[in-house]
Amino acid sequence: MKQNQQVVIIDYGMGNIGSIINMLKFLGYKSVVSNDETIIKNADKIILPGVGHFDHAIENIQKLHLLEVINETAIIKKKPFLGICLGMQIMCQSSEEGELSGLSLIDAHVKKFSFNLQSNLKVPHMGWNLISISKDSNLLDSLDNNSRFYFVHSYYVQCKNEGDILTKTNFGLDYVSSFEKDNLIGVQFHPEKSHRFGITLFKNFLEKY
Amino acid sequence: MLTKRIIPCLDIKDGRTVKGVNFVQLRDAGDPVELAKIYSDQGADELVFLDITATVDKRKTLAELVTKVAKAINIPFTVGGGVSTVEDVKVLLNAGADKISINSAAVKQPGLINDMALEFGSQCIVVAIDTRNVDGIDFVHTHGGRKPTLLKTQEWAKEVCERGAGEILLTSMDHDGTKSGFANEITAEISYMLSIPVIASGGAGSMPHFRDVFTFGKADAALAASIFHFKEIPIPELKNYLGQEGVPVRI
Repeated sequence: MKQNQQVVIIDYGMGNIGSIINMLKFLGYKSVVSNDETIIKNADKIILPGVGHFDHAIENIQKLHLLEVINETAIIKKKPFLGICLGMQIMCQSSEEGELSGLSLIDAHVKKFSFNLQSNLKVPHMGWNLISISKDSNLLDSLDNNSRFYFVHSYYVQCKNEGDILTKTNFGLDYVSSFEKDNLIGVQFHPEKSHRFGITLFKNFLEKY
Repeated sequence: MLTKRIIPCLDIKDGRTVKGVNFVQLRDAGDPVELAKIYSDQGADELVFLDITATVDKRKTLAELVTKVAKAINIPFTVGGGVSTVEDVKVLLNAGADKISINSAAVKQPGLINDMALEFGSQCIVVAIDTRNVDGIDFVHTHGGRKPTLLKTQEWAKEVCERGAGEILLTSMDHDGTKSGFANEITAEISYMLSIPVIASGGAGSMPHFRDVFTFGKADAALAASIFHFKEIPIPELKNYLGQEGVPVRI
Protein backbone atom coordinates (compact mmCIF):
# COMPACT_ATOMS: atom_id res chain seq x y z
CA MET A 1 0.00 0.00 0.00
CA LYS A 2 2.82 2.32 0.84
CA GLN A 3 4.01 1.86 -2.72
CA ASN A 4 0.96 3.76 -3.90
CA GLN A 5 1.55 6.82 -1.77
CA GLN A 6 1.93 10.08 -3.58
CA VAL A 7 5.36 11.49 -2.84
CA VAL A 8 5.76 15.00 -4.17
CA ILE A 9 9.15 16.61 -4.59
CA ILE A 10 8.64 20.35 -4.67
CA ASP A 11 10.30 21.83 -7.72
CA TYR A 12 11.09 25.48 -7.11
CA GLY A 13 14.18 25.78 -9.25
CA MET A 14 16.75 25.21 -6.54
CA GLY A 15 19.11 22.52 -7.64
CA ASN A 16 19.54 18.93 -8.32
CA ILE A 17 16.49 16.76 -7.76
CA GLY A 18 17.37 13.99 -10.19
CA SER A 19 19.24 12.03 -7.57
CA ILE A 20 16.26 12.09 -5.19
CA ILE A 21 13.97 10.79 -7.93
CA ASN A 22 16.49 8.08 -8.77
CA MET A 23 16.77 6.96 -5.19
CA LEU A 24 13.01 6.74 -4.73
CA LYS A 25 12.81 4.79 -7.95
CA PHE A 26 15.53 2.45 -6.72
CA LEU A 27 13.43 1.80 -3.61
CA GLY A 28 10.38 1.04 -5.74
CA TYR A 29 8.50 4.30 -5.17
CA LYS A 30 7.22 6.70 -7.72
CA SER A 31 7.49 10.38 -7.10
CA VAL A 32 6.02 13.46 -8.67
CA VAL A 33 8.14 16.54 -9.23
CA SER A 34 5.90 19.55 -9.14
CA ASN A 35 5.28 23.16 -8.27
CA ASP A 36 1.55 22.84 -8.85
CA GLU A 37 -0.53 23.83 -5.86
CA THR A 38 -3.18 21.16 -6.34
CA ILE A 39 -0.66 18.36 -6.74
CA ILE A 40 1.24 19.44 -3.65
CA LYS A 41 -2.03 19.78 -1.72
CA ASN A 42 -2.93 16.17 -2.52
CA ALA A 43 0.45 14.72 -1.65
CA ASP A 44 0.82 12.05 1.01
CA LYS A 45 4.42 13.04 1.64
CA ILE A 46 6.44 16.04 0.68
CA ILE A 47 10.12 16.43 0.00
CA LEU A 48 11.58 19.93 -0.10
CA PRO A 49 15.04 19.75 -1.68
CA GLY A 50 17.35 22.67 -2.28
CA VAL A 51 20.84 23.81 -3.02
CA GLY A 52 21.89 27.44 -3.28
CA HIS A 53 21.12 30.76 -1.65
CA PHE A 54 18.55 31.20 1.14
CA ASP A 55 16.88 34.37 -0.18
CA HIS A 56 16.87 33.05 -3.73
CA ALA A 57 14.99 29.97 -2.50
CA ILE A 58 12.40 32.01 -0.60
CA GLU A 59 11.94 34.35 -3.56
CA ASN A 60 11.28 31.41 -5.85
CA ILE A 61 8.72 29.98 -3.44
CA GLN A 62 7.01 33.36 -3.28
CA LYS A 63 7.02 33.74 -7.04
CA LEU A 64 5.46 30.32 -7.47
CA HIS A 65 2.85 31.15 -4.81
CA LEU A 66 3.72 28.07 -2.78
CA LEU A 67 3.81 29.60 0.70
CA GLU A 68 0.19 28.87 1.42
CA VAL A 69 0.15 25.29 0.21
CA ILE A 70 3.36 24.52 2.12
CA ASN A 71 1.81 25.86 5.30
CA GLU A 72 -1.38 23.98 4.70
CA THR A 73 0.26 20.60 4.12
CA ALA A 74 3.07 20.96 6.66
CA ILE A 75 1.26 22.71 9.52
CA ILE A 76 -2.48 22.13 9.17
CA LYS A 77 -2.66 18.71 7.53
CA LYS A 78 0.59 17.59 9.11
CA LYS A 79 1.80 15.59 6.12
CA PRO A 80 5.24 14.01 6.55
CA PHE A 81 7.53 16.74 5.29
CA LEU A 82 11.24 16.26 4.62
CA GLY A 83 13.52 19.22 3.94
CA ILE A 84 16.97 18.46 2.57
CA CYS A 85 20.01 20.77 2.88
CA LEU A 86 18.79 24.26 1.88
CA GLY A 87 15.29 22.78 2.09
CA MET A 88 15.93 22.17 5.80
CA GLN A 89 17.34 25.66 6.25
CA ILE A 90 14.41 27.48 4.67
CA MET A 91 12.06 25.59 7.03
CA CYS A 92 13.62 27.78 9.75
CA GLN A 93 12.74 31.36 10.67
CA SER A 94 15.77 33.20 9.37
CA SER A 95 19.32 32.85 8.10
CA GLU A 96 22.55 34.78 8.28
CA GLU A 97 22.82 34.10 4.55
CA GLY A 98 19.87 36.29 3.67
CA GLU A 99 17.45 38.94 4.80
CA LEU A 100 14.12 37.35 3.96
CA SER A 101 12.04 35.43 6.46
CA GLY A 102 12.14 31.68 6.19
CA LEU A 103 9.09 29.44 6.02
CA SER A 104 9.11 29.45 9.86
CA LEU A 105 7.87 25.88 10.12
CA ILE A 106 10.30 25.30 12.95
CA ASP A 107 11.78 27.51 15.69
CA ALA A 108 15.30 27.77 14.43
CA HIS A 109 17.83 30.15 12.97
CA VAL A 110 20.55 29.46 10.39
CA LYS A 111 24.11 30.54 11.08
CA LYS A 112 27.31 30.62 9.06
CA PHE A 113 30.29 28.47 9.93
CA SER A 114 33.11 30.74 10.94
CA PHE A 115 36.56 29.39 11.75
CA ASN A 116 39.98 30.94 11.76
CA LEU A 117 42.59 29.73 9.26
CA GLN A 118 44.68 28.12 12.01
CA SER A 119 41.88 25.65 12.70
CA ASN A 120 42.38 24.27 9.18
CA LEU A 121 38.61 23.69 9.08
CA LYS A 122 37.41 24.38 5.57
CA VAL A 123 34.08 25.92 4.66
CA PRO A 124 31.96 24.58 2.99
CA HIS A 125 31.80 21.61 5.33
CA MET A 126 32.16 19.18 2.47
CA GLY A 127 32.41 15.42 2.56
CA TRP A 128 31.36 12.44 4.65
CA ASN A 129 30.72 12.92 8.33
CA LEU A 130 29.05 11.07 11.20
CA ILE A 131 25.76 11.71 12.93
CA SER A 132 25.28 11.56 16.67
CA ILE A 133 21.72 10.61 17.52
CA SER A 134 19.96 12.88 20.04
CA LYS A 135 16.57 11.15 20.21
CA ASP A 136 14.75 8.05 19.01
CA SER A 137 13.04 8.25 15.67
CA ASN A 138 11.66 5.92 13.05
CA LEU A 139 13.67 7.89 10.53
CA LEU A 140 16.85 6.47 12.02
CA ASP A 141 15.80 2.80 12.21
CA SER A 142 18.80 0.61 11.33
CA LEU A 143 21.07 3.65 11.51
CA ASP A 144 23.46 4.46 14.34
CA ASN A 145 26.25 6.82 15.35
CA ASN A 146 28.57 5.12 12.89
CA SER A 147 26.40 6.09 9.93
CA ARG A 148 28.15 8.46 7.57
CA PHE A 149 26.37 10.94 5.37
CA TYR A 150 27.50 13.31 2.64
CA PHE A 151 27.46 16.99 3.61
CA VAL A 152 28.07 20.12 1.61
CA HIS A 153 27.06 23.38 3.27
CA SER A 154 28.42 26.63 4.69
CA TYR A 155 25.51 27.41 7.03
CA TYR A 156 24.03 25.35 9.84
CA VAL A 157 20.78 25.24 11.77
CA GLN A 158 20.45 26.26 15.39
CA CYS A 159 17.24 24.93 16.98
CA LYS A 160 15.61 26.99 19.71
CA ASN A 161 13.97 23.92 21.23
CA GLU A 162 16.44 21.25 22.25
CA GLY A 163 13.67 18.66 21.87
CA ASP A 164 13.46 19.22 18.11
CA ILE A 165 17.04 18.06 17.57
CA LEU A 166 17.28 14.64 15.99
CA THR A 167 21.01 14.36 15.29
CA LYS A 168 24.09 16.45 15.76
CA THR A 169 27.31 16.42 13.78
CA ASN A 170 30.71 17.66 14.80
CA PHE A 171 32.47 20.13 12.58
CA GLY A 172 34.34 22.66 14.65
CA LEU A 173 31.30 22.55 16.91
CA ASP A 174 28.40 20.18 17.52
CA TYR A 175 25.62 21.49 15.33
CA VAL A 176 22.15 20.27 14.36
CA SER A 177 22.49 17.95 11.37
CA SER A 178 18.82 16.98 11.48
CA PHE A 179 15.65 17.94 13.32
CA GLU A 180 12.27 16.31 13.73
CA LYS A 181 9.20 17.95 15.19
CA ASP A 182 5.94 16.07 14.74
CA ASN A 183 5.63 15.57 10.96
CA LEU A 184 8.41 18.01 10.12
CA ILE A 185 11.86 16.66 9.35
CA GLY A 186 14.94 18.47 8.13
CA VAL A 187 18.30 16.96 7.27
CA GLN A 188 21.39 19.03 6.54
CA PHE A 189 23.17 16.19 4.76
CA HIS A 190 22.24 14.73 1.39
CA PRO A 191 20.69 11.29 1.92
CA GLU A 192 20.27 11.02 -1.86
CA LYS A 193 24.06 11.16 -2.14
CA SER A 194 24.88 9.04 0.88
CA HIS A 195 24.89 5.59 -0.64
CA ARG A 196 23.64 2.80 1.66
CA PHE A 197 22.95 5.02 4.68
CA GLY A 198 20.99 7.40 2.51
CA ILE A 199 19.01 4.52 1.06
CA THR A 200 18.09 3.39 4.59
CA LEU A 201 16.97 6.87 5.60
CA PHE A 202 14.74 7.30 2.56
CA LYS A 203 13.33 3.81 3.07
CA ASN A 204 12.42 4.75 6.66
CA PHE A 205 10.79 8.00 5.54
CA LEU A 206 8.74 6.17 2.91
CA GLU A 207 7.71 3.16 4.99
CA LYS A 208 7.49 4.38 8.56
CA TYR A 209 5.71 7.68 8.23
CA MET B 1 34.85 13.59 12.20
CA LEU B 2 34.96 14.68 8.59
CA THR B 3 36.78 12.07 6.54
CA LYS B 4 39.40 12.53 3.85
CA ARG B 5 37.94 11.79 0.45
CA ILE B 6 39.18 9.40 -2.23
CA ILE B 7 38.08 10.51 -5.68
CA PRO B 8 38.57 8.47 -8.83
CA CYS B 9 38.72 10.69 -11.86
CA LEU B 10 37.29 9.53 -15.13
CA ASP B 11 38.78 11.33 -18.08
CA ILE B 12 36.27 11.18 -20.87
CA LYS B 13 36.85 11.29 -24.59
CA ASP B 14 34.11 10.42 -27.06
CA GLY B 15 32.02 9.00 -24.24
CA ARG B 16 34.73 6.59 -23.05
CA THR B 17 37.10 6.72 -20.10
CA VAL B 18 40.71 7.39 -20.97
CA LYS B 19 43.79 8.38 -19.05
CA GLY B 20 46.81 9.98 -20.53
CA VAL B 21 50.35 9.81 -19.32
CA ASN B 22 51.33 13.44 -18.96
CA PHE B 23 48.06 14.16 -20.80
CA VAL B 24 49.38 13.04 -24.17
CA GLN B 25 49.02 9.31 -24.85
CA LEU B 26 45.54 8.03 -24.25
CA ARG B 27 44.54 4.51 -23.28
CA ASP B 28 40.99 3.19 -23.21
CA ALA B 29 39.91 2.23 -19.73
CA GLY B 30 36.29 1.43 -20.23
CA ASP B 31 32.72 2.52 -20.06
CA PRO B 32 32.28 5.52 -17.75
CA VAL B 33 28.85 4.56 -16.45
CA GLU B 34 29.95 1.05 -15.58
CA LEU B 35 33.13 2.32 -13.96
CA ALA B 36 31.18 4.92 -11.97
CA LYS B 37 28.92 2.25 -10.55
CA ILE B 38 31.85 0.02 -9.61
CA TYR B 39 33.64 2.87 -7.85
CA SER B 40 30.52 3.94 -6.01
CA ASP B 41 29.98 0.39 -4.71
CA GLN B 42 33.65 0.04 -3.79
CA GLY B 43 33.52 3.03 -1.48
CA ALA B 44 34.72 5.94 -3.60
CA ASP B 45 33.66 9.12 -1.81
CA GLU B 46 33.02 11.14 -4.94
CA LEU B 47 33.73 10.96 -8.64
CA VAL B 48 35.06 13.49 -11.08
CA PHE B 49 34.36 13.39 -14.81
CA LEU B 50 36.58 15.48 -16.98
CA ASP B 51 35.83 15.79 -20.65
CA ILE B 52 39.49 16.23 -21.50
CA THR B 53 38.95 16.96 -25.13
CA ALA B 54 36.32 19.56 -24.49
CA THR B 55 38.47 22.64 -24.17
CA VAL B 56 40.72 21.75 -27.06
CA ASP B 57 37.96 20.78 -29.43
CA LYS B 58 35.63 23.48 -28.15
CA ARG B 59 33.03 20.87 -27.41
CA LYS B 60 30.57 20.85 -24.55
CA THR B 61 30.67 18.06 -22.02
CA LEU B 62 28.10 15.48 -22.83
CA ALA B 63 25.05 16.19 -20.71
CA GLU B 64 23.64 12.85 -21.80
CA LEU B 65 26.47 10.99 -20.17
CA VAL B 66 25.94 12.97 -16.99
CA THR B 67 22.31 11.94 -16.91
CA LYS B 68 23.24 8.27 -17.30
CA VAL B 69 25.85 8.50 -14.56
CA ALA B 70 23.43 10.25 -12.20
CA LYS B 71 21.00 7.39 -12.63
CA ALA B 72 23.63 4.77 -11.91
CA ILE B 73 25.24 6.13 -8.73
CA ASN B 74 24.27 7.70 -5.43
CA ILE B 75 27.44 9.46 -4.40
CA PRO B 76 28.32 13.02 -5.42
CA PHE B 77 30.07 13.72 -8.68
CA THR B 78 31.72 16.66 -10.38
CA VAL B 79 31.77 17.34 -14.11
CA GLY B 80 34.29 19.48 -15.91
CA GLY B 81 35.89 20.08 -19.24
CA GLY B 82 35.05 22.99 -21.48
CA VAL B 83 32.64 24.62 -19.05
CA SER B 84 32.69 28.27 -19.98
CA THR B 85 29.33 29.89 -19.32
CA VAL B 86 26.68 30.09 -16.61
CA GLU B 87 24.39 28.30 -19.06
CA ASP B 88 26.86 25.39 -19.35
CA VAL B 89 26.74 25.00 -15.58
CA LYS B 90 22.97 25.05 -15.55
CA VAL B 91 22.73 22.34 -18.21
CA LEU B 92 25.13 20.04 -16.36
CA LEU B 93 23.56 20.57 -12.95
CA ASN B 94 20.14 19.91 -14.42
CA ALA B 95 21.48 16.75 -16.04
CA GLY B 96 22.35 15.52 -12.55
CA ALA B 97 25.86 16.70 -11.72
CA ASP B 98 26.45 17.85 -8.14
CA LYS B 99 29.40 20.08 -8.82
CA ILE B 100 30.95 21.68 -11.85
CA SER B 101 34.60 22.30 -12.38
CA ILE B 102 35.95 25.16 -14.44
CA ASN B 103 39.51 25.74 -15.47
CA SER B 104 40.62 27.60 -18.60
CA ALA B 105 37.45 29.69 -18.80
CA ALA B 106 38.00 31.00 -15.26
CA VAL B 107 41.52 32.07 -16.12
CA LYS B 108 40.29 33.82 -19.22
CA GLN B 109 37.37 35.46 -17.47
CA PRO B 110 37.70 35.35 -13.67
CA GLY B 111 34.34 37.07 -13.15
CA LEU B 112 32.70 33.84 -14.25
CA ILE B 113 33.52 32.36 -10.85
CA ASN B 114 31.56 35.14 -9.13
CA ASP B 115 28.64 34.76 -11.52
CA MET B 116 28.46 30.99 -11.12
CA ALA B 117 28.83 31.08 -7.34
CA LEU B 118 26.09 33.68 -7.09
CA GLU B 119 23.73 31.77 -9.35
CA PHE B 120 24.26 28.24 -8.06
CA GLY B 121 26.09 28.60 -4.74
CA SER B 122 29.79 28.18 -4.00
CA GLN B 123 29.30 24.58 -2.93
CA CYS B 124 28.92 23.40 -6.53
CA ILE B 125 31.69 25.45 -8.10
CA VAL B 126 35.06 23.73 -8.22
CA VAL B 127 37.92 25.64 -9.76
CA ALA B 128 40.51 23.34 -11.29
CA ILE B 129 44.04 24.68 -11.33
CA ASP B 130 46.76 23.00 -13.35
CA THR B 131 50.12 24.05 -12.01
CA ARG B 132 53.64 23.57 -13.25
CA ASN B 133 56.87 24.67 -11.65
CA VAL B 134 58.96 26.79 -13.97
CA ASP B 135 62.41 27.68 -12.64
CA GLY B 136 61.27 27.49 -9.05
CA ILE B 137 58.03 29.42 -9.51
CA ASP B 138 54.60 27.78 -9.74
CA PHE B 139 52.59 28.97 -12.71
CA VAL B 140 49.01 28.21 -13.71
CA HIS B 141 48.64 26.35 -17.01
CA THR B 142 45.49 25.99 -19.07
CA HIS B 143 44.18 23.92 -21.97
CA GLY B 144 44.96 20.56 -20.44
CA GLY B 145 48.21 21.83 -19.01
CA ARG B 146 49.70 22.85 -22.34
CA LYS B 147 49.33 26.59 -22.23
CA PRO B 148 51.36 28.49 -19.64
CA THR B 149 49.97 31.67 -18.14
CA LEU B 150 51.59 34.47 -16.19
CA LEU B 151 49.45 33.72 -13.14
CA LYS B 152 51.27 32.47 -10.10
CA THR B 153 49.49 29.44 -8.72
CA GLN B 154 49.34 30.63 -5.12
CA GLU B 155 47.95 34.03 -6.10
CA TRP B 156 45.39 32.56 -8.44
CA ALA B 157 44.25 30.06 -5.78
CA LYS B 158 43.69 32.92 -3.38
CA GLU B 159 41.79 34.91 -5.97
CA VAL B 160 39.43 32.10 -6.96
CA CYS B 161 38.67 31.51 -3.30
CA GLU B 162 37.81 35.18 -2.82
CA ARG B 163 35.65 35.13 -5.93
CA GLY B 164 33.50 32.37 -4.48
CA ALA B 165 34.94 29.01 -5.53
CA GLY B 166 33.75 26.27 -3.20
CA GLU B 167 36.70 23.98 -3.72
CA ILE B 168 40.00 23.80 -5.56
CA LEU B 169 41.16 20.88 -7.63
CA LEU B 170 44.91 21.30 -7.77
CA THR B 171 46.72 19.23 -10.38
CA SER B 172 50.48 19.23 -10.51
CA MET B 173 51.46 18.86 -14.14
CA ASP B 174 54.97 17.99 -12.99
CA HIS B 175 53.67 14.97 -11.10
CA ASP B 176 50.75 13.94 -13.29
CA GLY B 177 51.29 10.56 -14.88
CA THR B 178 54.58 9.95 -13.10
CA LYS B 179 53.26 7.78 -10.25
CA SER B 180 55.95 9.29 -8.05
CA GLY B 181 53.62 10.78 -5.46
CA PHE B 182 51.50 13.90 -5.13
CA ALA B 183 52.95 17.42 -5.06
CA ASN B 184 52.72 17.64 -1.28
CA GLU B 185 54.54 20.92 -0.83
CA ILE B 186 52.41 23.17 -2.97
CA THR B 187 49.26 21.32 -1.90
CA ALA B 188 50.06 22.02 1.76
CA GLU B 189 50.95 25.61 1.01
CA ILE B 190 47.62 26.24 -0.70
CA SER B 191 45.62 24.23 1.80
CA TYR B 192 47.05 26.27 4.70
CA MET B 193 46.46 29.50 2.86
CA LEU B 194 42.80 28.95 1.97
CA SER B 195 39.58 28.43 3.85
CA ILE B 196 38.08 26.11 1.22
CA PRO B 197 38.79 22.40 0.62
CA VAL B 198 41.65 21.40 -1.66
CA ILE B 199 41.63 18.24 -3.79
CA ALA B 200 45.14 17.09 -4.67
CA SER B 201 45.69 15.50 -8.04
CA GLY B 202 48.56 14.15 -10.09
CA GLY B 203 51.20 11.59 -9.22
CA ALA B 204 49.40 8.88 -7.26
CA GLY B 205 51.28 5.61 -7.62
CA SER B 206 51.09 3.83 -4.29
CA MET B 207 49.05 3.73 -1.10
CA PRO B 208 51.68 5.64 0.94
CA HIS B 209 51.38 8.46 -1.60
CA PHE B 210 47.79 8.94 -0.47
CA ARG B 211 48.77 8.86 3.19
CA ASP B 212 51.43 11.49 2.52
CA VAL B 213 49.18 13.88 0.63
CA PHE B 214 46.72 13.83 3.55
CA THR B 215 49.34 14.15 6.29
CA PHE B 216 52.12 16.26 4.73
CA GLY B 217 50.08 17.71 1.87
CA LYS B 218 47.11 18.70 4.10
CA ALA B 219 44.77 17.80 1.27
CA ASP B 220 41.08 17.41 1.99
CA ALA B 221 40.67 14.94 -0.83
CA ALA B 222 42.91 13.05 -3.24
CA LEU B 223 42.12 12.34 -6.84
CA ALA B 224 43.60 9.69 -9.11
CA ALA B 225 42.72 7.92 -12.32
CA SER B 226 44.82 5.20 -13.90
CA ILE B 227 45.81 3.41 -10.70
CA PHE B 228 42.11 2.90 -10.05
CA HIS B 229 41.09 2.17 -13.63
CA PHE B 230 43.74 -0.48 -14.08
CA LYS B 231 43.02 -1.93 -10.64
CA GLU B 232 46.54 -1.31 -9.41
CA ILE B 233 45.12 -0.05 -6.12
CA PRO B 234 41.66 -1.29 -5.15
CA ILE B 235 39.73 1.40 -3.26
CA PRO B 236 38.68 -0.84 -0.30
CA GLU B 237 42.32 -1.82 0.22
CA LEU B 238 43.45 1.78 0.02
CA LYS B 239 40.88 2.87 2.59
CA ASN B 240 41.80 0.08 4.98
CA TYR B 241 45.42 1.05 4.67
CA LEU B 242 44.68 4.74 5.31
CA GLY B 243 42.53 3.84 8.31
CA GLN B 244 45.40 1.84 9.79
CA GLU B 245 47.73 4.74 9.17
CA GLY B 246 45.48 7.02 11.18
CA VAL B 247 43.91 8.94 8.29
CA PRO B 248 40.15 9.36 8.86
CA VAL B 249 38.33 7.68 5.98
CA ARG B 250 34.84 6.38 5.32
CA ILE B 251 34.95 2.59 5.23
